[in-house]
Formats: sequence, C-alpha cells, structure tokens
Amino acid sequence: MTKQNLIVIGNGMVGHKFLERMIENGSENWNLITFCEESRLAYDRVNLSGFFAGKTAEDLSLVEPNFYQDHHVQIHIGDQAVQIDRAGKQVTSARGITIGYDKLVLATGSFPFVPPIQGKETKGTFVYRTIDDLEAIEAYAKSCRVGVVVGGGLLGLECANALKNLGLETHVVEFMPRLMPVQVDDAGGALLKQNIEAIGVSVHTSKSTTEIVSKNGRVHKMTFADGTELQTDMIVFSAGIRPRDEMARSCGLAVGERGGIVINENCQTSDTDVYAIGECALYENRIYGLVAPGYTMATVAADHLSGAQQSQFTGADMSTKLKLLGIDVASFGDAFAKTPGAKEIAIADSIQGTYKKLVVNQTGKLLLGGILVGDASTYGNLLQLIQNQIALPPHPEDLIIPPRSGSSSALMGVDSFPDTAQICSCNNVTKAAICDAIQNQGITEIGSLKQCTKAGTGCGGCVPLVTDLLKSELKKAGIEVKNHLCEHFAYSRQELYHLVRSQNIHSFDHLLQSHGTGRGCEICKPAIASILASAWNDYILDSAHAGLQDTNDAFLANIQRDGTYSVVPRVPGGELTPDQLIALGQVAKEFGLYTKITGGQRVDLFGARVEQLPLIWKQLIDAGFESGHAYGKALRTVKSCVGSTWCRFGVQDSTSLAIEVELRYRGLRAPHKIKSAVSGCTRECAEAQSKDFGIIATEKGWNLYVCGNGGMKPQHAKLLAADLDKETLIRYIDRFLMFYIRTANRLERTATWFNKLEGGMDYLKQVIIEDSLGICAELEAEMAHQVDTYACEWKTTIDDPTKVCRFRHFVNSDDSDPNLVQVEERGQQRPIYEHERQLISITRS
Amino acid sequence: MQPSQSIATNWLTVCDLEDILPNTGVCALVEGQQVAIFRAGQDALYAIDNYDPFSKAYVLSRGIVGDRNGVPKVASPIYKQNFNLKTGECFDDASVVVRTFAVQLVGNQVQVSLT
Ligand code: SRM
Ligand SMILES: Cc1cc2nc3c(=O)[nH]c(=O)nc-3n(C[C@H](O)[C@H](O)[C@H](O)COP(=O)(O)OP(=O)(O)OC[C@H]3O[C@@H](n4cnc5c(N)ncnc54)[C@H](O)[C@@H]3O)c2cc1C
Ligand code: SF4
Ligand code: FES
Repeated sequence: MTKQNLIVIGNGMVGHKFLERMIENGSENWNLITFCEESRLAYDRVNLSGFFAGKTAEDLSLVEPNFYQDHHVQIHIGDQAVQIDRAGKQVTSARGITIGYDKLVLATGSFPFVPPIQGKETKGTFVYRTIDDLEAIEAYAKSCRVGVVVGGGLLGLECANALKNLGLETHVVEFMPRLMPVQVDDAGGALLKQNIEAIGVSVHTSKSTTEIVSKNGRVHKMTFADGTELQTDMIVFSAGIRPRDEMARSCGLAVGERGGIVINENCQTSDTDVYAIGECALYENRIYGLVAPGYTMATVAADHLSGAQQSQFTGADMSTKLKLLGIDVASFGDAFAKTPGAKEIAIADSIQGTYKKLVVNQTGKLLLGGILVGDASTYGNLLQLIQNQIALPPHPEDLIIPPRSGSSSALMGVDSFPDTAQICSCNNVTKAAICDAIQNQGITEIGSLKQCTKAGTGCGGCVPLVTDLLKSELKKAGIEVKNHLCEHFAYSRQELYHLVRSQNIHSFDHLLQSHGTGRGCEICKPAIASILASAWNDYILDSAHAGLQDTNDAFLANIQRDGTYSVVPRVPGGELTPDQLIALGQVAKEFGLYTKITGGQRVDLFGARVEQLPLIWKQLIDAGFESGHAYGKALRTVKSCVGSTWCRFGVQDSTSLAIEVELRYRGLRAPHKIKSAVSGCTRECAEAQSKDFGIIATEKGWNLYVCGNGGMKPQHAKLLAADLDKETLIRYIDRFLMFYIRTANRLERTATWFNKLEGGMDYLKQVIIEDSLGICAELEAEMAHQVDTYACEWKTTIDDPTKVCRFRHFVNSDDSDPNLVQVEERGQQRPIYEHERQLISITRS
Repeated sequence: MQPSQSIATNWLTVCDLEDILPNTGVCALVEGQQVAIFRAGQDALYAIDNYDPFSKAYVLSRGIVGDRNGVPKVASPIYKQNFNLKTGECFDDASVVVRTFAVQLVGNQVQVSLT
C-alpha cells in the first residue's frame, strides 16, 4: 500500500498533539508533513509567561528532542503555508514549496485582536502570543517606566503580571465595567479589582481608548472617550483572540459569521478531506480558546483519520482555574446561572479578599457551576461534583464557608468520585487510569505518577487532586511511603531532627541506641552530625562527633583530588582590606599554596597538606580571619554588590547588609549548603535571585527572595516579601532558614525542598509571614541560640593540642604523604596528573 | 580479632589504642608502606591499604567507618566507594580489592604485620 500525504498546517500546541496522537495510533501508512510558521517547534503557550520567570524556550518546548526525526515527520520550520488549492489538493508555502496532500489538517490557532485605535502601530505597542513577542517586550521594557495592558481578561491580567515583574508601573485598561467579563460576575470582578490594586497594579474599567499619541516616534500617552488620558511608555494589546481562518476563507471552506473554520463532530470542515482543530476551529458557533478542548479535537481528528477509535467532539467544558498576579480565579460550569430555575449562593469577604459563588439546580441537590476569586483551592473538588452529578450535602453553602477550626471541611474528597471521573481535563485522565497506575506500576510518588499518566502536566490545576488520590490509594493499599535515611535508621531526616530536639539527644551513639540499628554509615553519620549541629551548635570535632564528619568537616578544609586540602577564609560580603589581602598572600607564599579567586567572592588557597592546616590557620587567625565553612553543609557566602556606598544607582547600602547577614548566619549548619546575596538595586549585580535566600534593595526597604539555586539545575528564587525594613527582613530569614532546617531531606537544597513543598509559595508565606503553624517564636528562638553560640571552629581547634595532633598524615611519623608531587603551571603549584607521573618516573611502590 | 593473625609474623607497634578515636581511622607508615588502621566500635581493629584505587590518592584512613548489613566498611573520602574492612573488597565494583593486613592489640599497643 502506498503511503498517503497528511499535511498539518501549524505546529502549535494542538498541531503537535495531533501528530503525537497519529504516531501513537501507528502512522506507517502516512507521510506526515507539517508547516511551522514560528521559528521554533511547538511549545507550551499556556505557560508562556513562565518565560519571564526564567523558563527558556527549551524548558517550554513540547517536543522531545529528535521526536519528529525519529518518527519521520517532515517539518518545515519558519515557513508559513500561504495557499491551499483544494481542487489540485496541494499546499503552497511562503518559501515557495508546493506539496500535494491526501488529507489536510488546519491547526493555525488564533491571533491577538488589536482594536482599530488610531496610532495602534506606534513604536512601543505589542501583543502577547509567542516567545518572539515576549522577547520583544522584554527588550523594549528596559527603556520604559510605565506599561499599559489593553484588555482586562484572562490573558490581559497575565500580561499585566509580566509587566509588573519586569519592574514597570503597570496599568490595566478594560473596556467593560469589570475585569474578566467572560468568566466572573460583577461581584467577583469587583473583588478581583480590589485584590489586584492591592498589589500595586492600577485598574481602569469602562475605558474606551480613542487614540495612542506618540512623541519622538514612540508611544507617549493614551486618550480615552471620557476625556481622560494616561501617560505610558509601552502598550500591550490583549483584547481577545481571532481565529486564523484567512487561508480557509480564500479556498472556500465554510467559516462562521464572526470567523472560525466550521467543523463537525469528527473535526472535518466543509471539505471532508480537510480537518480543523484547536483555536482556529468553530464548533456549533463556538471557538474554544483553551488548550484542553483543542487537545480533544486533536485526538478526535487523529482517531478519525487512522480509523482507530470512534471518538467525537461534542463541545467542551470551558471551566478555568488560574492564578493571576498571584490571585486565584476559577470559573466553572454554568457560572452565570443561565439554566432555568438555577439558584445562586454567594459569599463575598472583602477582608480576606475572597468571593465564592455556587450555582445549584432548582432542587438545590446538584451543583451546576460557580465562581471562585481569591481562594480556588476547592475548584477541583467542586468541578468533580458537577461532572459526576454527585448529590450535594443538605447545606450546600458549607462547601464555600471556610471550615471552623476543629471541624473538617464539608467537601467530599476524592474517594467519593466515581472511577470515570475525569481528574485531569488537560490530558483527559480519569480517576481509574490514575488508580491503575498507582496499583499496578508501584508508583509511590507524585513526580513519577505525573510522568506515567500525564495527569497534572498541563495547566497543573489538578495536581492537588492527583496528590490526594495518590495518598488515599497508597493508604488503602497499606503502603507506607518510606523516606528512611538509610539501613540504620527507619526515619526520615525530618523525623530524626524532631527526635533529636524533642528528646534532647546530643550524640550519634545515643540516637543510634535509642532509635537505630547497626553501626551507621557515610549516609547517616554526616546527616546526623549536621542535625546535631543545627540543633545544639556544639563543636563538631568533639570526640563524640569527630568520626561522624565527612573528611571536609573532619579536617575543616576541602579535600582535593590528590588528598591535599584547600583553605577558604571567610570574607564577609566580599569586602577585603589591603592588609588582609597582603596577609593572605604571605600565607600562600610561605606554604606554597596555589591561589585563586572563587566564584563566591573570596580567595581559595589550594594544596595544603593535612599537617600544614593548623599552621596555616594559626597565621590566618592572627591576621583576623576566621573559618569560611567552604567545607561544610553550612552558610557559605553572602555575596554583595558595592551598593549605594559607591554605585550611582544604589538605593541602599548592600555591602553593610551583606556583612551583617553573613556574620549573623556564619557557621549555621543545614541539610545542604546555603548561599545568599544582597544587591543594592534592581540591576541585581550580586545575583541574589540565584541564591537560597537573596535580598534586593528597593526605595522603601528590602525585597526577600527565597529558594533559588545556581549549580546543576539552576532555578530562580521567588519573592517571599517586599519592601521590608531590616528587622522584619532578618526575622523572616531566621524563620525561613530554621523552617528549612527542620523539614528538608538530607542534602536537599532550598530549591529542591521548595519544589516538593505542598502548597508552594502560598504555604511558605503562611508559615513564615502569617505564622499559620504557630511555630515562628520557636524558630526565632532556635536561630537566636545558633547566633549566640557561634564560635570559629578553626580557633577552637588550634587552641586545643589534642585536636591539633589529629592533623597528621601518619600516626607514627611526622613525614608528609610521600606520594604528593606538585608541578608548576602559570607560576603556581598544582598537583601532578597521573599521566605526568610516569614522565618523571615516580611510580607507586 | 583478625583471622590472619595466627600466621602473621614480624609485628610492628604503630601507636596506642587511644591514638585512634573510636569509629575512626589513622594511617601508619610501616616499612615504607601506608597502612590505614580503623577502630570500629571500642576495640575491633582492621587494617587495609591506605591507597584509594579510584582517586589514586592515599586517603582511605580518612573515610567514614560504618557497616553494611553488619559487615564493617569504610567509605572513601573522595568519591565514596565502600570497602569491606575484613576482606578489602569494594562493594561498588567487584573487580576492585584493596590489600588487607594483620593487626592486633597487645595491651593497649596497636600492632601491624605486613606478612
Ligand atoms: C572553589 C569554588 C570554585 C572556584 O574556584 O570558584 C567551588 C568549588 C567547589 N564546589 Fe562549588 N565552588 C565554588 C562556587 C560555586 C558556585 C558559585 C557561587 O557560589 O556563586 C556554585 C553555583 C551556585 C550555587 O551553589 O547555587 C557552585 C556549585 C556547586 C555545586 C552544585 C550545587 C547544587 O545545588 O547544584 C556543588 C556540588 C554540591 O555541593 O553538592 C559544588 C561543590 C564544590 C566542591 C566542594 C566540590 C568538592 O566536593 O570538592 C568544590 C571544592 C571547593 C574547594 O576545594 O575549595 N559547587 N559552586 C567556589 C567556592 C566559592 C566560595 O567562595 O566558597
Ligand atoms: C499568554 C497565554 C496564556 C494562556 N493560558 C492558558 C491557560 O491557562 N489555559 C488554557 O487552556 N489556555 C491558555 N491559553 C490558550 C492556549 O495557549 C491556546 O488555547 C492553545 O495554544 C491553542 O493551540 P493551537 O494549536 O490551536 O494554537 P497555537 O498554539 O496558537 O498554534 C498555532 C500555530 O500555528 C502557526 N500557524 C498559523 N498559521 C500558519 C500557517 N499558515 N502556516 C504555518 N503555521 C501557521 C502559528 O504560528 C502557531 O505557532 C493561553 C494563551 C496565551 C497566549
Ligand atoms: S565546577 Fe566542578 S570542577 Fe569546578 S570547582 Fe565546581 S565542582 Fe569543582
Ligand atoms: S487539569 Fe490541567 S494539568 Fe490536569
């Protein structure tokens, strides 16, 4: 059988899904060909704004590397299809390629609508749809102070969030009297406006723009029909979308009155050899501007073409849950009570900033829809009640009244859902499919469950439900989720930390006797040494602790590949006097150490033999240095920029603060190393947003970012609180660090810890700022103990001859390790490489 | 103590028991050979080559002492491979074995024999 040509125009989210499904169904009989107008293959448009939060184009990509190549899909990247010849059954592209088709699929998506306002093409106007758009916005915003978003719908608010994060004074201009007119009602819109204004974005409703006025060829101001005006440096239009049906029109396919390519239940257009899917398609006079219905269309069309299964597209649920500017908004089912006899129950709480509305049927027994603003945590459960027609409790209002303390919420949990319940609507995953994966594939953890079922990998809205389901299934199966430290302790690090503190345990042996077995190992010993240090801050080389330490901690220096060590004195905030520099140089010279500036704003002295360490430190301490803990899972450096002391842009004295912070937390031991930085203004020269906690100066105080990370898997830190005075800042850091130390796993840095934290940033804010767990006083007291009991480990060590005598290579000789050989490179010493050893004929005896 | 001690001769005293903290190791220079001696618990002694075949550095005495399923072991301080203290076998790579030596406690003197 000869293969048929199948051309897909558009490689967006839906076009890609379609190809995936075709391949899944078995594409042996097809030549798959796709035109992709953008310069990159399909990416996650839903999470487009993540681009501003640090996601790269690769992170957003939906296409596994080589996926198309491996499955022989012919791709034309950066080439737009421009003409369809239905009689000749061929497609022509902008680059002049013409390819014949047997079947054609249009997945051209939509374009942002720009209202016909005078001046709409002025330099400084943008739309928000593609990665290219965002790159242009980001570049232009650098020269702007004020930004306006035209359109207060779902995308407009997302865009406003982006502008705000780019540091612009942000305004939203909406033509209608309320925000998100499609999803929420007047009361909900009013609350949303209140919440959004509270975080510093100005909202202007009922405003119709008449003109965009330019100055020096750039956007300068907007004028409105009511005679008012607004000055701005840039404008982003987000006033709705329009289906890209231009090619369909010109080749004579049926299109809707207001646009959109008409399709039937099989997603076929008026020409049965041509299909249309995604945002360009019109079904029963409706465009579906969400990804989930588009995915369903992709599946339906692919199945129809492969003759695989008989599925049909019969419309879709437009329920949405979003987090806009950090505010939850959800709208689902019959949100506007259009069903005859429908009744509404609503609670608006302008103190908490929440609005919740339920729409129930005439008898009050079934839920039809609802709106949630400010807190949408119950969205998943409520949606299930609708989709599965589950009978409501006698007082449906209990579903939206916050539970009084002590009583549990009236919400019915995952257990009450039928097996057919669709838990993840983005990927159409049912409860049965998820339970099946848990039961039959031995999955015990959310990451692999997502990977295996795809549930939760779209908008992420269903993750809480999926997690509940996982927990409940594991519990039913009697599977205990193990997080044991190692074979010697059947406890997690968090549990051991709690045991150490609550039972006042001060040694490894005590903990092993009371709660462990065997003798311990290189996993539990350093972990427990760290817990003991975080809890009691005793000297780590006390006889009871010395054998627990990794070699770096045991010798208070970093071991190198040849068994020598490096020495890194603390240089708080990176500030070093000329005298200190000279002292460092003298020590390095005397002991023949290789010197290098580190990536952490200090100086590393390499190549010290174990017996030299105390001698080196004696001199360093005399010169006023102390341990830099480069060897410990402890606070490392607090990087600083020069700040207002010298810099013409600095708004605060970042160096002084960095020094103060470094001195406060020096020596603090934690599950993993902790790094910090302080920048004197938003230019962020200290890279605070890549640190476990980072501080950035503002005109009004300090912004505190947490849980960032460079290293193997870089992740940007997230804003915990803004414009803090110094006392509050320090208090929050105390709480944050101690909470991390209490709850993280062994060798888990703050970023990884945060990624596993259920409830994410909201939860962290509740714990650290609102003290929702009631532990903040304890956390602060624990930190105060650490700060008060700090002592330089090197000072303690060289003052104690019984400790100094451990720094020898041989127990029975004063000789050095005879195997150490160094050679010179660029005027300094470095350890010899193995291959060089032979050259100088020093071989192992 | 060590099974091999009966056939060992040529015992050399290297240090006192107190020179080795419980559950740590030291390195002794024995006739030009670097020997890592470990004190597991209060008085069980083991001796192996101080040379770490993975990092090619003389550092095994500085590893963390512990056990796997009751078998005493040390983890290399550089790349963390584990060695059976009784046999010198590497738990992580069956093809690698480090030498073991006879060691005994006489009074409070720690003695090693290379033969
Ligand atoms: C010396 C230095 C490189 C240099 O010459 O500049 C260095 C050297 C080492 N780094 Fe680093 N890192 C150094 C700055 C960094 C930085 C940059 C920074 O801090 O601004 C990073 C990325 C930022 C971050 O950590 O988020 C960095 C990310 C790592 C990682 C990856 C951590 C991660 O979470 O992914 C490791 C591995 C680990 O810790 O498990 C690591 C581990 C190491 C170790 C300890 C590896 C080892 O076990 O031998 C290196 C030995 C240090 C030594 O012998 O002194 N080093 N390392 C820098 C010392 C800074 C200081 O003054 O203390
Ligand atoms: C910022 C933003 C946030 C969003 N948030 C959400 C959300 O939270 N939840 C949700 O469900 N939806 C959201 N959406 C909507 C969602 O992204 C779309 O529903 C989805 O991308 C539609 O997929 P599509 O494939 O139909 O269109 P698109 O993803 O737009 O893909 C169409 C592709 O076809 C290409 N194309 C068009 N014409 C041609 C041609 N002639 N030749 C070649 N290529 C062509 C286009 O360049 C484009 O790459 C959001 C959209 C944006 C912009
Ligand atoms: S990047 Fe790698 S090689 Fe360089 S210092 Fe860090 S750990 Fe060592
Ligand atoms: S519902 Fe969007 S990811 Fe599951």
